Amino acid sequence: MASEASHEEAGHGEEHTQTQGEYIQHHLQFLTFGKHPDGNWGFAHTEEEASEMGFWSFHVDMLGWSVALGLLFVLSFKKAADKASAAVPTGFQNFVEWVYEFVDQNVKDTFHGKSELIAPLALTIFCWVILMNTMDLVPVDILPWLAQTLSGSHETAFRVVPTTDPNITLGMSISIFFLIIFYSIKIKGFGGFLAELAFQPFGKKMLPFNLLIEVPTLLAKPVSLGLRLYGNLYAGELVFLLIALFGAFQLPAHFVWAAFHLLVVPLQAFIFMMLTIVYLSQACEDH
Amino acid sequence: MNINATILGQMIAFAFFVWFCMKYVWPPLTAAMAERQKKIADGLEAAERAEKDLELAQSRVADQLKEAKSEASGIIDQANKRATQIIDEAKEQAREEGQRLIAGAQAEIEQEVNRAKEQLRAQVASIAIAGAEKILEASIDENAHAELAEKLASSL
Repeated sequence: MASEASHEEAGHGEEHTQTQGEYIQHHLQFLTFGKHPDGNWGFAHTEEEASEMGFWSFHVDMLGWSVALGLLFVLSFKKAADKASAAVPTGFQNFVEWVYEFVDQNVKDTFHGKSELIAPLALTIFCWVILMNTMDLVPVDILPWLAQTLSGSHETAFRVVPTTDPNITLGMSISIFFLIIFYSIKIKGFGGFLAELAFQPFGKKMLPFNLLIEVPTLLAKPVSLGLRLYGNLYAGELVFLLIALFGAFQLPAHFVWAAFHLLVVPLQAFIFMMLTIVYLSQACEDH
Repeated sequence: MNINATILGQMIAFAFFVWFCMKYVWPPLTAAMAERQKKIADGLEAAERAEKDLELAQSRVADQLKEAKSEASGIIDQANKRATQIIDEAKEQAREEGQRLIAGAQAEIEQEVNRAKEQLRAQVASIAIAGAEKILEASIDENAHAELAEKLASSL
């Protein structure tokens, strides 16, 4: 897509010449909506403006794609679920049942408690994350170009892979963290949950050491869960952007990297789902 | 890394989608697939049962066939026996009938012979008397010698 970049250079040469660094920088900028320091709500035009908005700002592009893909998942699966019957399944129905069985099998193998939530949770995570990751395979310049054309501004920032935003991945992993705490307290009681943090693995006399080990272990779960997904996809996106700067050789390189990403996309979704199941089954285990 | 309220938006969306999936996607799929599983299990069981039934029916058919065969051969034997019997009876009847016919014929013949003898005797007696009349002419008293002529005629 470097040709496009150079095309932009030619077209808007009189305003600004985009360097390679700026090309990548621009591609890593979110479409941010929030409150400007002067009190007006609006979109940030530069990265500085975005960071000045502080916490109360939204990555509209990321949330938009995230919700759109989530809706794509739930609505298409609901359609299949509504039509589901004991008759012979066909087409998309088959696919949905195949995914269902895959998730169900993994949940049953790992999670031995009884919960109405875990299996649908795992299915949602798996499908949604796969869809969000798959956005990585869309050529990096197409959708931003479309957004820029529609908005009429060459400066419009627009990113399309929700899982390359730590807000998105941490949003999910922190939700899962709350579920871990909820289930720990529900199954073991509040005392049991604290005892697990304080009284093991070294026994009651070594309480501070136990806390020193167990509390970071607990806190590391959501952080590592969210950052793993973010890191993998962010790196993948960055490499796509670098390849886009290759010029004439970018097509075969894009192809190779995209082929590799066909593995990364479902693998990261699977890892995210499996770790969620494992963490929740640990939370539900009574010692 | 720019952490902002996007994280809250994502958490809300996440909660909504999980809730939606838990409420409207997972249960109908579970129900449909459990039902299908049951249907398939039932079908397999029915197939097994049908196979067993078929086996049973086949053995019963074989039994019945054997029975029918032995019955049929019994009937044929009986029929053969009956046929021989009927032939024998017919032969017997025919022989009896023949003998009766022969006996009747013989009796008739005997009767005829006797009648011929009687006639002959009567004629011979009268011929003898006429001959003797001719020979003896008047010397013979018809009444006195009639007894003699009668005796002669009966000895014929």
